Amino acid sequence: MKCPGATRTVLLAILILFSAAVAASWNNPYPEADAEKNILYSAFRERPKTFDPARAYSSNEYQFIAQIYEPPFQYHYLKRPYTLVPLTASNVPTPVFFDKQGRRLPHNVPVARIAYSVYEIHIRPGIYFQPHPAFARDASGRLLYHALGPRDLMDINTIGDFAQSGTREVTAADYIYQIKRLAHPKLHSPIQSLMNDYIVGIREYADTLKKAYDAIAGGREEGVYLDLTQYPLAGVQEVDRYTYRVKIKGKYPQFLYWMAMPFFAPMAPEADHFFSQPGMAEKNLTLDWYPVGSGAYMLTVNNPNRQMVLERNPNYHEELYPAEGEPDDGPAGLLKDAGKPMPFIDKVVFSLDKESIPRWNKFLQGYYDRSAVLPEGFDQAIRFTGEGDTDVSDTMKQKGIRLLTSVATSTYYLGFNMLDPVVGGYTERARKLRQAISIAVDFEEQISIFENGRGIAAQGPLAPDIFGYREGQAGINPYVYDWVDGRPRRKPIEYARQLLVEAGYPGGVNPASGKPLSINYETPAIGPERKAQLDWMLKQFSKLGIQLVVRATDYNRFQEKMRKGDAQIYDWGWNADYPDPENFLFLLYGPNKKVGHDGENASNYDNPEFNRLFERMKNMENTPERARVIDQMLDIARRDSPWIWGMHPKNFLLEHAWISNTKLHNMANNTLKYSRLDPEKRAELRLAWNRPVVWPIVAVLGTLVASAVPAVVAYRRREREARR
Amino acid sequence: MTDMPFQIEILWTDFLIFVLIGSILAFVVYTLRHEHLRVPWRQVARRPLAMGSLVILLAYVAVGLMDSIHFRPAQNEQHQGEVVYVNEVLSLLDMAAMPLRARTEKTYSAPFAMHAFSKEMVEYPDGRHAREYPRLLYGGAHLQEPVERAGDILSRAGAATLAGFGIWLLPVTGFLLFWHKRSESWAQTLSRLVRGEGDFPWRTVLVTTGILIVLAANAAYLSLYYHIFGTDQVGQDVFYKSLKSVRTGLVIGTLTTLVMLPFAALFGIMAGYFRGWVDDVIQYVYTTLSSIPSVLLIAAAILTLQAYITANPESFTSATERADIRLLFLCLILGVTSWTSLCRLLRGETLKLREVDYILAARALGSSHLSVMARHILPNVMHIILITVVLDFSGLVLAEAVLSYVGVGVDPTMDSWGNMIVSARLEMARDPLVWWSLASAFVFMFGLVLAANLFSDAVRDAFDPRLRK
Amino acid sequence: MIGYIIRRLLYAIPILIGVNLLTFWLFFFVNSPDDMARVHLGGKRVTPEAIVKWKADHGYDVPRFYNAGNQGPKKFTDTIFFKHSVKLFLFDFGRSDQGRDIGYDISQRMWPSLAIALPTFLVGLLVYITFAMLIAFFRGTYLDYWGVVVCVVLMSVSTLFYVIGGQFLVSKLWHLVPISGYDIGVESFKFLILPVIVGVVSGTGASTRLYRTFFLEEINKDYVRTARAKGLSELRVLFRHVLKNAMIPILTGVVVVIPLLFTGSLIMESFFGIPGLGSYTIDAISSQDFSIVRAMVFLGSVLYIIGLILTDLSYTLVDPRVRMK
Repeated sequence: MKCPGATRTVLLAILILFSAAVAASWNNPYPEADAEKNILYSAFRERPKTFDPARAYSSNEYQFIAQIYEPPFQYHYLKRPYTLVPLTASNVPTPVFFDKQGRRLPHNVPVARIAYSVYEIHIRPGIYFQPHPAFARDASGRLLYHALGPRDLMDINTIGDFAQSGTREVTAADYIYQIKRLAHPKLHSPIQSLMNDYIVGIREYADTLKKAYDAIAGGREEGVYLDLTQYPLAGVQEVDRYTYRVKIKGKYPQFLYWMAMPFFAPMAPEADHFFSQPGMAEKNLTLDWYPVGSGAYMLTVNNPNRQMVLERNPNYHEELYPAEGEPDDGPAGLLKDAGKPMPFIDKVVFSLDKESIPRWNKFLQGYYDRSAVLPEGFDQAIRFTGEGDTDVSDTMKQKGIRLLTSVATSTYYLGFNMLDPVVGGYTERARKLRQAISIAVDFEEQISIFENGRGIAAQGPLAPDIFGYREGQAGINPYVYDWVDGRPRRKPIEYARQLLVEAGYPGGVNPASGKPLSINYETPAIGPERKAQLDWMLKQFSKLGIQLVVRATDYNRFQEKMRKGDAQIYDWGWNADYPDPENFLFLLYGPNKKVGHDGENASNYDNPEFNRLFERMKNMENTPERARVIDQMLDIARRDSPWIWGMHPKNFLLEHAWISNTKLHNMANNTLKYSRLDPEKRAELRLAWNRPVVWPIVAVLGTLVASAVPAVVAYRRREREARR
Repeated sequence: MTDMPFQIEILWTDFLIFVLIGSILAFVVYTLRHEHLRVPWRQVARRPLAMGSLVILLAYVAVGLMDSIHFRPAQNEQHQGEVVYVNEVLSLLDMAAMPLRARTEKTYSAPFAMHAFSKEMVEYPDGRHAREYPRLLYGGAHLQEPVERAGDILSRAGAATLAGFGIWLLPVTGFLLFWHKRSESWAQTLSRLVRGEGDFPWRTVLVTTGILIVLAANAAYLSLYYHIFGTDQVGQDVFYKSLKSVRTGLVIGTLTTLVMLPFAALFGIMAGYFRGWVDDVIQYVYTTLSSIPSVLLIAAAILTLQAYITANPESFTSATERADIRLLFLCLILGVTSWTSLCRLLRGETLKLREVDYILAARALGSSHLSVMARHILPNVMHIILITVVLDFSGLVLAEAVLSYVGVGVDPTMDSWGNMIVSARLEMARDPLVWWSLASAFVFMFGLVLAANLFSDAVRDAFDPRLRK
Repeated sequence: MIGYIIRRLLYAIPILIGVNLLTFWLFFFVNSPDDMARVHLGGKRVTPEAIVKWKADHGYDVPRFYNAGNQGPKKFTDTIFFKHSVKLFLFDFGRSDQGRDIGYDISQRMWPSLAIALPTFLVGLLVYITFAMLIAFFRGTYLDYWGVVVCVVLMSVSTLFYVIGGQFLVSKLWHLVPISGYDIGVESFKFLILPVIVGVVSGTGASTRLYRTFFLEEINKDYVRTARAKGLSELRVLFRHVLKNAMIPILTGVVVVIPLLFTGSLIMESFFGIPGLGSYTIDAISSQDFSIVRAMVFLGSVLYIIGLILTDLSYTLVDPRVRMK
């Protein structure tokens, strides 16, 4: 009998499977040998665009480079509200103020008199870069790999192919070098234009560099090295080997927050030169892909197509686990490692995993150590305890999975375009229309249906944990909510309908045309999975009799529309750069308009009183006075309702029992070094959770054999007939 | 015109569907007049399976057609004496299924459920709070206690089945009247039918019709009291969504094929027949087109359309119109990407055929190229065309799902099986499983594709000159 | 023969030019260089000057096809099309707009694509032909009938459903293979087995059914009847005569798939997390990396043309009646 092809294939597959798997789990995506090693497993969704600290600006890039590059400051891991602490610096400096004539001013002068602020940063000695071929020297002390020809590069494909490596102490000059790189003509740093307004002389510096670069390059596209140490930048100054000063225009207290981002991490000129050699870029050997830092981890495998591996940096300076935190942290076990040197984990493996469902399932099988909560897996993972509190479900609890939550420093909102003749404008009529819509769009329902309660309805632009945010009755938006029984309650829809009558659209009908008022809704939500949300949105507006026309486009075209200002209602969000109210309120600041100014104020909201208060609030320290100014601003904005204050999402993180020392932090990204894991426990649980189920293979095989029987019978019969 | 209760609205695809039906009718008339075309169709008509499938196909087509007559109803209030029509475009199907359309729950519920799928915070009149499964607004709302449910469903299903039988007796009686011969008794007529005598499989047709009527009666009656296929994430009735998807599937399956067919047949045969520079040019065009990954081509076309719609919002006043134009465009672009494969197959077959003796003979006898192609080659490649058309039909209905997954399928606001499957993908990760969207998309799609394939098999057997004995 | 091949290779050049022009036109019909710049610079804090600089750096600051502002041949060479397309013909794909070398990435990603597509293709072909022959062998019996019904059942199920179902049962419930991912070397086996099985099963219905018609067509031909009349056993007839002749339409259809082997399967790769060229293309479309898209289209076309030439060659090999001019 001839064996059908499929049967043979399956047979073969089963044989191999049986021989390959003895006692191990068959579905372990990692090599069996690594099962008990101190390795953390994580996933990344899409390939990061760049690891260059002057360019990287998105969270999927930061999850890597924040572990590698060390700016002078960082956020305290445990303390709330978020506080800056030194990382490589010896302390967090207070700025010194000067007036136009260069005279030093006392600390308490009015902002108007301050022309410049100077930050003097002391770096701790004894911090070394990770081992890297860019620092390798021969016996005579010359750099080994800085005059490479095409021959030398022939056998080189990744950075690991260089035989030698070296290191060097981090100095103030490296920090200065990186600040200069922000103005490099080829790097297009996303914060260059912002820094133009602050760092003294950087705008002119960019022009100088551009000219110098063009002269050196002479039309070449690659292999051009512009030695930034040759070009002084007026606003930064090296005081000694471990000290440098940054001079910025006016007073800008938020500057320190920027200095806690990788934009201000040290960069070794050797590394820059090393990667600028001709022939390197063709092999993807660039700073974009091979970071050279001094942080707790270094990138050892960089295959954005499959896997990224961070390994412990052997040269890492001493950094101890924080000894103080919030009152709850001690009982939660977050202070057990206090005073111990970090990092705790040897290696972190990030695998490319784009689809959310496989990621989630692998987490449940123990192959990822942490996971966000998928909306689809929500009911399975989370249960509610009494008054809106959440905890993991019983099945998860049996597995030892823990839930961590925190409200993100982000806001999602529906904006009105204030330039639009119907929904925009500052007349009482337009205001009432916007307020009515704000009441009708029931974000509590949206959060409960689509986010499984993972968020809180916003009362204004400010996210919780940001200075100026108020809890309780004082913090509610009185134009949309009433305070009832100790809780904010959305005003009834009848009230919104009444507002609509006052706005001149009784029953949602435009008296001029007799037709229902029709409003265009711009959203970058495309794809069938968003259909439900769009349907829901239509329902909200139909409560008022208003017809919503959904105009869903891709994100690019959406941005284009926003820039032109021909939207009516749109949805968007903002992720804070740093925990300061200025970083939210500037989204409503007039001169920061999208139309004409290309700012981030997509609603093009421009209220002179709000603008005036913003300018005042911007440079203030966090005093009660500042809180009062913010209250006034919020009241103006709530009354004008340029946004439907949507929601602040809540981050839900699940982690397995073998992980410890995790506390969610919305600002800090360099948190890997604090984490600890127990590999033995993990190996044991993984085995228990992933016992292969073999009967289906037998069943499939049986079915195939059984289905072959009638075929054989029929064949026999036919042969007999033919012979006759 | 001012006091019409509705305003007819003809969408682009509606128009094309009616053109399509018109041309099918013309083709039928043409076939009836030509004996050599009538023969194979008669052969198709003799196959019970094919005729049963045709009944099912016609049922789908009926749903699709009902969903292809669109209008805007008038608004209740008049404006300065003029009737104002609402912005929303409805179809006959929407009107017929109004109870399903209107009865939306809050979120998921299982088929025939009385309670919601997930727990919610419920507040009792005495101020107590509890987290439990709340009752549905419409599904099983007429029942007091959950225990009544099974009996209720059974008794209603029984009633509906009886009613369905009653309705079925009408066509049966009508048929008997038509079939009755003066020379025989009624009992003889009936027994002829039951024994399935005669060339045409009347028995199969009537039985299939009967089953469909009974199923439809059950679905119609039960869906007034329950969500028979459950509800989706925003609480819409999945049965209604599946019905609405029928039209999308039919349009993609038929219009696409019709757009590409003339080009593919003409160019494929010409290339294989003439060879030389004609072959070169045609191959150049289809190689160039098929070299571009179709997903890229479709993505670019859909994005272009989006850009056009964005630039001209005034031309598309309602969401229905925008979704419709996108559907049409998708058909066109799918046609462009799919004609090349048929073209290549035809070319290959023609290459083989032109070397065959009788065609060489026809040429030698002085037949013109056109007549050789039309008389000798086309009939000989007809089976390939028919098979490809039917394979394409189901393939296209399925491709729609894949395109929806990539994000360049039909408009996300449009009901389609593809959209249902794509959202079901996420539902499969839920625990407990939400399986009903996937299941009902599967059932509806499966019915259509199976019927189409069985019918096409018969067509193929009848039309393949070498299979005809 | 060699002359024919050379002629066909030369003929590939206008096709590739056509492909390039069409891709270019399609892409820039919907995207402006400004859009591309914005995508690459990210969503936050992008200023108009940054966009102008990005365009200048990446050669997108000139007209698309025709530069009226220049003299002589520069009218055509100093354009986006020329700058970005000519080097392709030397298989120099240049850098992606993100700065990575495309040729390097393609050479890295080709292997995972092949590792999944080749077994799927070969196993699939074997399975489909076997099934089709079995069904054809038992034509007219209830095995034929049910075989076709099973095919129809299989083909009326969306590929997405197979993938979802396969992952759900095999990986999630039964813990037999990893859910998704990829590794190099022997380790890759456990990742590939499920996608290959799913790929083969999802194609079974349509292909078996199509191949069955090819077989039936041959079986009913006169020479087959003659062979049978001569007393050859049914199996021998099937293998000797029918299989050989039915291979022509099968091959014509199959060669179309060969370029897809290299460029990978979009859905399989993204569901199973295989870092091949299929997911590379999808990523490039969604991140609007025109350089990669164009390179992939170009590569696809080249492979496709090779496939076509191979088809024609196989025609002559299998059926000498088709002459080569």
